[in-house]
Amino acid sequence: MTRDGQRVRGRSRPGGADGGPGTGPAGREPGAAAGPALRTVGLSRVYGEDESMVWAVDGVDLDVPAGQTLAVTGPSGCGKSTLLHLLGGLDRPTDGEAWLGGLRIDHLGERALARLRRRAVGFVFQDHHLMHELTAAENVELPALLAGAAPRTARVRAAALLDRVGLTGRARHLPSELSGGQRQRVAIARALVNEPLVVLADEPTGNLDSAATLDILRLFAELRAGGQTLVVVTHDERVAATADRVVSMRDGTLAGDTRLDGGGSTGLGSLLGWEG
Amino acid sequence: MQDVVLALLVKEPSHGYHLRGRLAAALGPLGEALNAGQVYVTLTRLEKAGLVVQERVDVPVRGPRRKVYAPTAAGQERVAAWLAEDAGPRTDVAEFHLKLVAAAESGLADPLALVDARRRELMRSLAEAQHAALAHDVDSEAGLLLEGIALRLQADLRWLEACGRTWSARAPRGKGEEKA
Repeated sequence: MTRDGQRVRGRSRPGGADGGPGTGPAGREPGAAAGPALRTVGLSRVYGEDESMVWAVDGVDLDVPAGQTLAVTGPSGCGKSTLLHLLGGLDRPTDGEAWLGGLRIDHLGERALARLRRRAVGFVFQDHHLMHELTAAENVELPALLAGAAPRTARVRAAALLDRVGLTGRARHLPSELSGGQRQRVAIARALVNEPLVVLADEPTGNLDSAATLDILRLFAELRAGGQTLVVVTHDERVAATADRVVSMRDGTLAGDTRLDGGGSTGLGSLLGWEG
Repeated sequence: MQDVVLALLVKEPSHGYHLRGRLAAALGPLGEALNAGQVYVTLTRLEKAGLVVQERVDVPVRGPRRKVYAPTAAGQERVAAWLAEDAGPRTDVAEFHLKLVAAAESGLADPLALVDARRRELMRSLAEAQHAALAHDVDSEAGLLLEGIALRLQADLRWLEACGRTWSARAPRGKGEEKA
């Protein structure tokens, strides 16, 4: 039902006059003078053609202020991973605008986009994507070297980051010699090595048990305290609950936007039924 | 129970037998625990409290006479207040489920709005539980309790997701009117 609805809306959109981009996205941060770290306006991504067209992302307006931790949740196939890829310049929208740190990225050339991704975006994936034949330290150094850092600088930065994620003693280990949680922490260190404007994580705890998940969440909490802008796509409500803000997606559109930062505390006691 | 019965009467004046059938349909196998007398006792109590009145007595060609009840203004108010009030973090599944059914039947509240409000509320509770969990060792006693609480809230949130899907599929129109 919804799919048909989307297709109809989609067909009528090109050149359509409804709600121009000038109106500005909903959920805009009035206090954010520096402008959002991420912004999308009417962002859409269509896969397939004609009858098999699917609006994976369908007119998403989103502002993520610098320093915010945002969780994107929703059932599988709702478009949340596609949205993340569009935000990080891994994929191009069919329609609409994507902005990163005040720069419009949706129509950048492939090389400019690759350069921008290296410099400004840190990616963390569910299956960590580490290079199997490189040690933990080398995996972390690699993006720094690719971005033009001197080998010595890269080494120093990697050592500091591995220390920060609690893996100093594992720097020379290969990924295969690390646990799932440790591998994911290496991946996070790698994502941070170029001091990115934003860190984008796609189901970062999807393969981890409770204890390892909490380790990753503690690390995210530290990043958040350090002012790192972070977007986490997750189907795990317990992961989403640690963010400042949770948006939920349904059929490619934003279906809800909840702020969890500050205020409205009910007290844990109410969960026990001891509130009297 | 009183609130649910009242809400069903807001939709249309009805008799005990019909109300019981409607509740049994909403509750499925859980409704088997609902004994016949409960609905009638509830109706009598509601009448005493001035929340419903006997509107008429239907005399079918066959079968027993049936007292048809309708809500009073006070009854209407009470249902509206019940639908508007927060469910609280410990409300059980059946109770909230009946509230959604009652909201839809009475037309006094949008079930999707109730689902959204509850999702926010549970998400905030889960945020608190998770922030506390991050400050505790998983293997500690406190950590274990917090994990249990978080898993319960997560289960509730997943069920709400299902509620959202089902009730939005049933919504007459109204899509795209979801309020932030």
